Amino acid sequence: MALTETSAGPNRPAEPAEPTEPTRPRRKRRGGGYWLYLLPGAVLFILVIGAPLAGTLYLSLTKWSGVGDPTFIGLDNYTRLFQDEVFWTSFKNTLAMIVAMVVVPTLLGLVLAAVLFDVIGRKFRPRTAAALRAAFYLPQVLPVVVAGIVWGWILRPDGAFNSLLDAIGLGALRHDWLGDPNTALPSVMAVMIWVQIGYPIVVFMAALQRVDPELYEAAEVDGANWWHRFRSITLAQIRPETFVVALTCTIAALKVFGPVFALTRGGPENATNVPSYFAYFTFFKKLQVGYGSAISTVLTLIIILVAAVFIWLQYRSERQDREV
Amino acid sequence: MAVTLAPAPSARRRKTRDRHHRGASRWIVLALVTLAALVMLVPFVFMLLNAFKSPGDYSAGGPLSWPSEFYTKGLRTYWTEVNFPLKFWNSFLIAGSVAVLGVAVSVLNAYALGIGRVRGRLWIVGLFLLANMLPQEALIYPLYYISKQIGLYNTQLSVIIIFTVIQSAFGTYLLASVLGTFPRSVLEAAALDGAGKWTVLRRVVLPNLRPTLLVLLIFFFIWTWNEFLIPLVMLIDNSTQTIPVALASLQGDRLMDAPTTNAGALISLVPAILFFIIFQRTFSRGITAGAEK
Repeated sequence: MALTETSAGPNRPAEPAEPTEPTRPRRKRRGGGYWLYLLPGAVLFILVIGAPLAGTLYLSLTKWSGVGDPTFIGLDNYTRLFQDEVFWTSFKNTLAMIVAMVVVPTLLGLVLAAVLFDVIGRKFRPRTAAALRAAFYLPQVLPVVVAGIVWGWILRPDGAFNSLLDAIGLGALRHDWLGDPNTALPSVMAVMIWVQIGYPIVVFMAALQRVDPELYEAAEVDGANWWHRFRSITLAQIRPETFVVALTCTIAALKVFGPVFALTRGGPENATNVPSYFAYFTFFKKLQVGYGSAISTVLTLIIILVAAVFIWLQYRSERQDREV
Repeated sequence: MAVTLAPAPSARRRKTRDRHHRGASRWIVLALVTLAALVMLVPFVFMLLNAFKSPGDYSAGGPLSWPSEFYTKGLRTYWTEVNFPLKFWNSFLIAGSVAVLGVAVSVLNAYALGIGRVRGRLWIVGLFLLANMLPQEALIYPLYYISKQIGLYNTQLSVIIIFTVIQSAFGTYLLASVLGTFPRSVLEAAALDGAGKWTVLRRVVLPNLRPTLLVLLIFFFIWTWNEFLIPLVMLIDNSTQTIPVALASLQGDRLMDAPTTNAGALISLVPAILFFIIFQRTFSRGITAGAEK
């Protein structure tokens, strides 16, 4: 699409030799000569993203172990995929990841950011709010795999969490949190909430700084309680940021790999398998490159679809705002 | 828009009373939020508590006991066994190169798209945004295969090239929209003075962009530092691996008893925590950079 549009570019007249007089229509100079600046980026983009993506797309139509030549088998990988229980489980687990990485952090983040900004930042010192914010944000800056390894040890049968339960008299609840298919997914979800919560808090707190404080003061005067003000001012004012947080976190949830790799390797019995780990495992452990490519392709399509829906929703809501 | 409330004249007096009134509840709120923040830090406490324990101490007292001596052999074992300084250098080389190259490519792209307004720029920016969202699994096998063919497999260079492109996809998207609002009058004035495109970029655009570029540089560095899948696939050798890959590939190894695991995690987290402390201001300022557009 972009290519057909761009073909006219190089033929455009180069920079005028004389300085342009202000009355000259700017449109004429547009684009001329700037293509050169796009060249390195475009070449790299095609080599590292365009060509490999096309390669994966092609490989998804083949049967290949990584050596010799791929055998073209049409859509067989996709028919197999839709009958594969592991595939469906992995997407069901993605929904759980969306709850743990989008829904819970965004809701908790809204409340915590509002409390930190509104109550603690204003009725105590702003430094107190900043210090608390840093505590919530800390997991976000760590290599998530390293955090996952620490959590993996904490949740082991002989790990710190079970010892903690013993220490506070709840020893009856001792459990192999990551080893039991029933508790593995909720445990991974809990870790992901811990990892993710700082991001919405920081974004929302920054967003709140541009909300006019007079709105709150006026509402307070009118007798609106905290919850009312939160709903009708805070939520309404920081909606653009909420969209961005929800979109980026949803994409991250669809792509999640590192924590699953570090915590459970998708186990036990695929209880925590997710599409990206499933694809990795199929590529590099089962050496079924064609099938792995089909998984990756489906995941890519879902991500594009989700992003398109989000952007459309945001566009629509902005347009409604303008009309009101 | 949802607000139909008008400011009342007696605002000031009532506010003071109101503030006085809720003296107790604000302390309860503070206590609750502080408690939640402390819960966030519990894993770090567990890690610190066990990183300095001897294996015997650990098996006798369990994960919660106070270490009976300040035992650093676990730390030293991990440091030497995985050759941590080399892993640190690999991570630093990769993240640092990607940050610099990624910003450079982003600036060049964004200059053509945001200032040059080349034709079809909306589609091109959209393409870059899309590239940033792609799952890395959709690229990894061809990248792995090709780099094996051309001899880049298991080199830091392969990872540097890949992440330069992935990060600059985001950088291009961000900077193109920043430069889209660059005052045209400034550019026209520079053109009147006879400045060519390269001079305008160096003398006019870059100085204006410097704060944004710094934020981008730091973000690219930290994002690349924390990356896992592509380094895991591309770097299989002790001499090329990054810090997270080194720790993950030792998971389940006989070397890694509980105290050594914690010691290894502690060493691996220290650089990230240092970056966080150094760049804290940039973080809280810069994280909204993506949100504003």
